[in-house]
Amino acid sequence: MRRSIFAALISLGPCLAAGVIFAQDAPRLRGPEPFTKETPAPPMSRPITDDVRVMRNYPDQPPVIPHAIDGYAMDLNANKCMSCHARKFTEQSQAPMISVTHYQDRAGNTLGGLSPRRYVCVSCHVSQTNAKPLVENVFTDMDAMTEPERQPERGRR
Amino acid sequence: MAAGISRAWGWFRGNPWVRTALSPPTYLSLAFLTLGGFLAGVIFWGGFNTALEYTNTEKFCTGCHEMQANVFEELKGTIHFTNRSGVRAHCPDCHVPHEWTNKIARKMQASKEVWGHIFGSIDTRDKFLAMRKHLAEREWERMKANDSLECRNCHSSESMDLTKQNPRAASAHERFLFSGERTCIDCHKGIAHRLPDMSGVPGWQ
Repeated sequence: MRRSIFAALISLGPCLAAGVIFAQDAPRLRGPEPFTKETPAPPMSRPITDDVRVMRNYPDQPPVIPHAIDGYAMDLNANKCMSCHARKFTEQSQAPMISVTHYQDRAGNTLGGLSPRRYVCVSCHVSQTNAKPLVENVFTDMDAMTEPERQPERGRR
Repeated sequence: MAAGISRAWGWFRGNPWVRTALSPPTYLSLAFLTLGGFLAGVIFWGGFNTALEYTNTEKFCTGCHEMQANVFEELKGTIHFTNRSGVRAHCPDCHVPHEWTNKIARKMQASKEVWGHIFGSIDTRDKFLAMRKHLAEREWERMKANDSLECRNCHSSESMDLTKQNPRAASAHERFLFSGERTCIDCHKGIAHRLPDMSGVPGWQ
């Protein structure tokens, strides 16, 4: 009897330790307060509007939007993004043209215009804000993994 | 011809209302008539302008449900309704010319809108959506014709500081606005209300 209680206590130890470790590891996206407590909303973050193209983290990443898109029409009637990024408007707008993949349907057939499945730009392309990441980003660039010797600095970033 | 005119003149002078109107007053004094006329004029003109200004308020515009349920609801989410500096563009700021002659002309056109309200031409959401392109095109045309005057009542190009704009906006304004090639409404459509089907509208695809 006494021995079994002792065994139970001993076996409880690793579980508690694991619980503590996992709890620390779990991303606390909603901050340190317990979920039962109502916390004030964080202030609105400001959009980044410097118009500087951001490097893609991998070749087929949808490029992010370096300008504000507040109030841009994006519905069945109108698509404001295409007023600059459509092929025919790129000369006057000097904006990058939407990718050629956007003129293909999912079977790979080339279409005359923007493919309906690509119509809602903000499904993939998003504008950026100055919000701080809630958890640390451990993303490693592909080049750093495949050709570490050619990177100026080893490891992350 | 001359006989016809003189006959018409005779009939005109013979009309009892005209005869009364043209004869000097029998009972009322000259002072009463001049001062009274002046006062009546003040009251009439003041009343006219007060009524006119009343029709130029957000409360009046959104008094009918067509405006309240459609365009006013859509305005609420935009920067012309709430913004960091607390300046609001009310309905007439954009839709009624501020200058008197043009204001009266626009108000006379608006009698058509009273007709539309009475006979319910856009009294449901579906009817409104079906008419939206027509309604929008009328406003675009009006603003294009007056070089976006209602925009410029607040946003003048003289007081626009390009260095404070982001480079993209600055170069677009430099190229299209300052050269006079385009006017505000050519690029800034749908900034206060949702857009109709834009297929076929220049600059949209």
